Amino acid sequence: MKNSIVLTAVLFSLLFSGAMGGLVFAQDTVPVTEDEVNEVARGLYCPVCENIPLDVCPTQACSQWRDLIREKLEAGWTKEQIKEYFATQYGDRVLPEPPKRGINWLVYILPPAMILGGAVLLFWIVKGIQSPKKALGSNKAEFDGSSSGDEYLARIEEELKNRKG
Amino acid sequence: MTQLPPIELKETEKKSHLPMPVFIVAGLILLGFLGFLFMGLERSQQGSIKVGEEIPPIQLVTFAGESIDTSAEKGKVILINFWSSWCKPCESEADSLQEAWEYYEPSNQVLFLGVDYVDTEPEAKASLAKFGISYPNGPDLGTKISQLFRIRGVPETFVVDRDGKLAYIKIGPFNSTAEIKAIIDPLLGQN
Repeated sequence: MKNSIVLTAVLFSLLFSGAMGGLVFAQDTVPVTEDEVNEVARGLYCPVCENIPLDVCPTQACSQWRDLIREKLEAGWTKEQIKEYFATQYGDRVLPEPPKRGINWLVYILPPAMILGGAVLLFWIVKGIQSPKKALGSNKAEFDGSSSGDEYLARIEEELKNRKG
Repeated sequence: MTQLPPIELKETEKKSHLPMPVFIVAGLILLGFLGFLFMGLERSQQGSIKVGEEIPPIQLVTFAGESIDTSAEKGKVILINFWSSWCKPCESEADSLQEAWEYYEPSNQVLFLGVDYVDTEPEAKASLAKFGISYPNGPDLGTKISQLFRIRGVPETFVVDRDGKLAYIKIGPFNSTAEIKAIIDPLLGQN
């Protein structure tokens, strides 16, 4: 009886360790769903057919690339690592936006710089339009006689009186 | 009539102007933007590389791990074939290319290079095995080589003469081994 209990215990432990061992082997490749593949594929563009994201591209080439994404995900690669791999293999055009390096910086710098420049230009133009009005306004006040000490105006008025007389 | 003294304009009446540095900076930005646009347009409108043009040296790391630099192969006629495993017309010319390579390889006067354009490595290797391709083949990393040749699609083949100048462009697949020989043989007789 005692022997059978020991035998059962040994068999149980062997079975348990075997099951655990099986689980460890199963972790070598991470199961990847179609949604996970598409999530990465959505952030990449087909290098052959322009402007089509990989997740919706119907060509054989894109299907191969989706398989490649699946392989990389199963191997434990991150989304960023896969993107970097694709950019190295197929060029920057597979990325949704140009990476911030080299001449690509112009894409990021020029539009805001032009908007800023345009705003400055607009400000100066508006300021230029408003300035003469202000000047005209101040002169009008002087003609109204508010600056009684203006010798020039007094002389004009005198000349006009003389002509009328 | 009394002569009146000239009227001096007050500060507020002077027309306001943009300061010169603003003009310069705005002009430079505009020029830069236009230059950027022009470069892009010119690049997109450029056709394929022209016959007679000197080919810049290209480096290819083959699937077997061998590094090939065309600058070290001067004096040879070089055939550069752009292909892909997903390209059906490329399959139709594979046998002709391999047959031509087997014909020229012993002479050591001709080099065939297969440039695998935007492809996945397992499929490319499977395709090479399927057609028994033995001439050097490697991926076009970052599409640098295809950009250099400004290819429009695959298959496209460029034949470079012994002087390193482009001698022939084939858009589309070769129909036979004889067609390839008809291009290479006259180039071998140049020297």
